[in-house]
Amino acid sequence: MLDKIGVKKLDDLYSDVPAEFLHKGAYALPPAMSEQEIRDYFASLEAMNAKLKVFVGAGAYDHYTPSVIPYLCARSEFLTAYTPYQCEISQGTLRYIFEYQSLICMLTGLDVSNASLYDGPTAAAEAMKMAIACTRKKTRVLLSKGLLPQVIEVVETYARFHGVEIGYVPVADGQTSAEGLKAELAKDDVAGVIVPSVNRYGIVEDHTGFADAIHAEKGLLIEYCDPSALAVVKTPGEWDADIAIGDGQPLGLPLCYGGPYVGFMAVKKDHMRKMPGRIVGQTVDKEGRRVFVLTLQAREQHIKREKATSNICSNESLMALWVTIYLSLMGPEGLKEVNRLSCDGAHYLYSELLKTGQFEEVFPGKPFLKEFVLKPKQPKLQERLEKAGFFAALPTEEGYVSFCVTEKRTKAEIDALVKAVMEG
Amino acid sequence: MKYYDKLIFECSKEGRCGYSLPKNAFPAAGELPQALRRQAPLDLPQVSEPDVVRHYTNLSQMNFGVDTGFYPLGSCTMKYNPKINEEMAALQGFAGLHPLMPARLTEGACKVYEEMDKALAAITGMYKFTLAPCAGAHGELTGLMLMRQYHINRGDLNRTKVIVPDSAHGTNPASAAVCGLEVVEVKSLENGRIDVEALKPLLGPDIAGIMMTNPNTLGLFETEIKTIAALVHEAGGLLYYDGANMNPLMGVVRPGDMGFDIMHLNLHKTFSTPHGGGGPGSGPVGVAQKLVDCLPSIRVSAFHGNFGVILRAYAYILSLGQEHLRKVGEYAVLSANYIKESLKDVYKLPIEGVCKHEFVFDGLINDGAHDDVPGATTLDVAKRLLDYGFHAPTIYFPLLFHQALMIEPTETESKETIDAFIDVMRKIAAEAAQDPNILHEAPHNTPISRPDETTAARNPILKYQEN
Amino acid sequence: MSKIIEGLKYSESHEWVKVEGNIAYIGVTDFAQKEMGDITYVDMPEEGDDVIAGEEFGALESVKASSELISPVSGTVVLVNGELEDAPEKVNEDAYGAWIIKVEMSLPSELDALMDAAGYKANIGE
Repeated sequence: MLDKIGVKKLDDLYSDVPAEFLHKGAYALPPAMSEQEIRDYFASLEAMNAKLKVFVGAGAYDHYTPSVIPYLCARSEFLTAYTPYQCEISQGTLRYIFEYQSLICMLTGLDVSNASLYDGPTAAAEAMKMAIACTRKKTRVLLSKGLLPQVIEVVETYARFHGVEIGYVPVADGQTSAEGLKAELAKDDVAGVIVPSVNRYGIVEDHTGFADAIHAEKGLLIEYCDPSALAVVKTPGEWDADIAIGDGQPLGLPLCYGGPYVGFMAVKKDHMRKMPGRIVGQTVDKEGRRVFVLTLQAREQHIKREKATSNICSNESLMALWVTIYLSLMGPEGLKEVNRLSCDGAHYLYSELLKTGQFEEVFPGKPFLKEFVLKPKQPKLQERLEKAGFFAALPTEEGYVSFCVTEKRTKAEIDALVKAVMEG
Repeated sequence: MKYYDKLIFECSKEGRCGYSLPKNAFPAAGELPQALRRQAPLDLPQVSEPDVVRHYTNLSQMNFGVDTGFYPLGSCTMKYNPKINEEMAALQGFAGLHPLMPARLTEGACKVYEEMDKALAAITGMYKFTLAPCAGAHGELTGLMLMRQYHINRGDLNRTKVIVPDSAHGTNPASAAVCGLEVVEVKSLENGRIDVEALKPLLGPDIAGIMMTNPNTLGLFETEIKTIAALVHEAGGLLYYDGANMNPLMGVVRPGDMGFDIMHLNLHKTFSTPHGGGGPGSGPVGVAQKLVDCLPSIRVSAFHGNFGVILRAYAYILSLGQEHLRKVGEYAVLSANYIKESLKDVYKLPIEGVCKHEFVFDGLINDGAHDDVPGATTLDVAKRLLDYGFHAPTIYFPLLFHQALMIEPTETESKETIDAFIDVMRKIAAEAAQDPNILHEAPHNTPISRPDETTAARNPILKYQEN
Repeated sequence: MSKIIEGLKYSESHEWVKVEGNIAYIGVTDFAQKEMGDITYVDMPEEGDDVIAGEEFGALESVKASSELISPVSGTVVLVNGELEDAPEKVNEDAYGAWIIKVEMSLPSELDALMDAAGYKANIGE
């Protein structure tokens, strides 16, 4: 090979690099490990992590993953494929993304979905930019204080650099305040408003009148949703939202210390061409067969460069496949049953915890599904529960503690958690 | 690969299900108030587990992956993905960790982060890394935010422009715009490198920095990097390194030593994590010591980034260790130069000389155009390669050449595979010279033929519609 | 050879202007549509928007490209050609029939800076 190139040794291939930049000496890395050594080392690292029963959500939910999903997602034709630019040899990827887009539209009740984004908070940041792009000239986006803290922080970070002014809608009585919204809208210049469908306290929000008030000011209503909960709660489409966003993690993705997850976004048809991310569309090939391609690419960074609405190149394709298989397996009844089991379990835990006398209700009577907050009477509850084998009672900024129950938590586990609370 | 026409919705039959959930042991909680309940029917497919498995197995068989064959895809670094990494990322002690667990409960995960940070710093010569960005473009945006934050923290508020070479990846200007920076383009010389003389007048008190790829998108080392770094720093700007092309420098050159202040890496390129059909990736960002204070104020993802991807990449780094790191860079560069020299008599090589991990041809030397028959284009060559069982190279990028065909072999392909690719490329060149129509009509042997992309864009069908 | 019509005004960026009193109809030339290939979408401003001579007012999109539309005159958009929303191919089929926006000009003297048919023909080298 060197002869063909016309050089004598490998070093000659770097003859164009100034000598001072050629690294001399050894790199400060550990010596190479064999497979067995890697396996042993990772086992030792893994063992350093606590193994606790998870009773916390706050944006990452411990739902069950059917074994079919990792089995299929590990198929190397999916796992080791590139982005489906060469559609003739990527119909597998393109078809499942088309299915994913269809499923996201079904869940959200909106017209068009993209092929997925990084995660929920960045999807919210993309929605913020999109609201600015759709409404032109306007410069302000409102965030509900009921959104998860990580969503607010990521949107704030993007806004700071993108030149978007952020306003806030307060929470009153456990949900985004309609009065607060009107007061902020009256200040003019609002391009969009991001509100949670189920908020940081686990409460299912009532957005009656939000769309009308926001649309009257020519702004966009953006709903941040838990897609699993959309099987039972009013959809963004039914609230007349313009954009729905959220994290697909509750649809059977492992917690995995925070990622990879998958952000989703669906919009009304009018806003389709301002949507960031890849989109797959249906067409025909030369033989007239139904085939799928990446489409509406003229929106994207590789064509529009600095004029693109977003810099996003990839999606979270494999995680979109994960979600697609999950929804296929669960079907309408399975997804509703997941909600039923989680909701019943959470309400059981809620009432059992109150019975211990160690908590005060924060939002009595407010509707919740799998997650809720209480005010603890004793400090350091989280640490005490850890010792009993539970990750639970996550402290919030407001001094509450947050609990979550998914269908993976059994009655015996809940009873044991309550017992641990009582034993302090 | 064979054509399979179904969508999951067409496998659906009412009443079927593919789930298995525990019995409900709890008293029934009340219903949600009517006004908060979903009204629309939930039309998800109703399919059994075997139906799901067959359907997605059939779909997978219409896909090409690195495990199927060679991907000479320029700027994408499609190297082999070792399987041990998959197993390590799936370990329950990692996969079951909740991201909000405090550090005292996640010492193993924290140790992975610390060691990964150190390893990446050692490989690149940067001071510290954040592992939060979820992809290359995401890392790029994060890096530019850090660049702006650095100037803001110094009270230098007028640095609102960033210089980007005309050969840059399209993401560079897009990321700059998202970050609120105005893009100023600097031209390339005939030899493909940045024109230092053209750069000089652009530098001033309004410049936040310059974004560079080195080697650049033509696979050429920016030989004037030392001068460029000095000029940009003198003007008060920072140097950003786009890590998409880091592979040839592995074990040989460190961006930090060349004067770069900020960089991102693509773990799904250089560090062998699988592309997954377009993600998940991971785009760690490294900074020089003077930028460390800027890191905490930038939050760009939900929690700690794509931990699952970071685990895979860390297993890869441990398998290389300090003794094999250099082989990555050297062999990637060796393979690229070998292909270039073996094909330059039939494909136009616009810039001679040693390349790094990739290079660009500007179409065929003899495209076979005659009478009314148009010549074979780069697109035609790419499509014909699919017939021979290879993925296509990156085409029509960089924009500097009209018929750009960008080839990157990576270090994980054997000489036999590379020779087979060279043979096929020569065969295609011969076909084009003889009868370009063979290429115009390609591919012939794939599950589908060329699609009608115009109709797809004019009348978008973006979700399943029942007939 | 692309089609060029007498009596219209032309810009360097390949827009044509048909003047009726104070009103200008603006479209793209036959040369431009050929360069673009199959047009898949016309991004248009809204009625009531102001346009400025030399500045972008929209874009033409094809499968793999996007090209800015530059206004040859300044004024207010009084009408956009809604037909193009569903049928962008009309720009390919009849570039001079498929006007994109109708503008009430604020500074008709800007027309003087534009080319006539002969000038445009020379400009595109045909």
